Amino acid sequence: MTWSQFLAMGGFGAYVWSAYGFAAIMVAINIAQPLMQKRKVWTRLRRNLDRAGEDE
Amino acid sequence: MKFIHKYGSPKRFYALAGRLVPWFAGITAILLVSGLYLGLYWAPPDYQQGDAYRIMFIHVPNAWMSMMAYTVMAVYAAIGYIWNIRLADILAKVTAPLGASFTLTALVTGSIWGEPMWGTWWVWDARLTSELILFFLYIGYMALQASIDDDRRAAHASAILAIVGVVNIPIIHYSVYWWHTLHQSASISLTSQPKIYATMLIPLVVMSLAFTFFYFTMLCVRARTEILWRERHTDWVRKLLEAKS
Repeated sequence: MTWSQFLAMGGFGAYVWSAYGFAAIMVAINIAQPLMQKRKVWTRLRRNLDRAGEDE
Repeated sequence: MKFIHKYGSPKRFYALAGRLVPWFAGITAILLVSGLYLGLYWAPPDYQQGDAYRIMFIHVPNAWMSMMAYTVMAVYAAIGYIWNIRLADILAKVTAPLGASFTLTALVTGSIWGEPMWGTWWVWDARLTSELILFFLYIGYMALQASIDDDRRAAHASAILAIVGVVNIPIIHYSVYWWHTLHQSASISLTSQPKIYATMLIPLVVMSLAFTFFYFTMLCVRARTEILWRERHTDWVRKLLEAKS
């Protein structure tokens, strides 16, 4: 099987790859969003720590 | 109960989840890469659907996970509601966005699969409609959580929504038998021989495990952040922050 045959997916390439592409985007968002959230919380908590005693 | 109380403390879970994340992430990556290889390359084309059926390898795992995640979310929510276990509230809350994204992926990939096979992107078929309702249930749950500032009250109110919404899960599952509309019935069940070839079954199982471990991985990551924030006034979080800054 050649590379272009593989990409063509027997004529269904547009459907197959857009479905896999959408799933890939969802997975990427599901990884990026919690990691960004984690960083945000750490930054906020560290800032709180610097202002010792003060809350939020 | 003793077990729940031992590992149910957010502090212990934070440490445990932290150790599990790299393992879960590694297992997810291995399963995902092998599942994609098997599903897109190794498995032969279907005699009826050609290569279009390969959409199944992401559609079905996401659809399964959408229902599984909702069920465990409702169980966590119920445990949190009945026994006042804070960790269960947290696990329910962080499961919702993951479940919603599995549901959306199942809906969109199903739609993309439906167009070449059924000749339509969408029909108000029982399976499709009940899955769409599942998506709205997740959105409603998250909106309710977000609209109440107090963690305990937010958990209580949204737990009721989660538990009532469980009624939709058997409806989704049996919709293809109760109403014979467009969506095909299940090819795989726990009680009988699968109705598909091993060459299709193996990639499907591998991809399903990949998405299951992906759920575990992101559940741990999300729960840790939520625990850190909710426990920010406690000594152990303060010590952790001092140690890491």
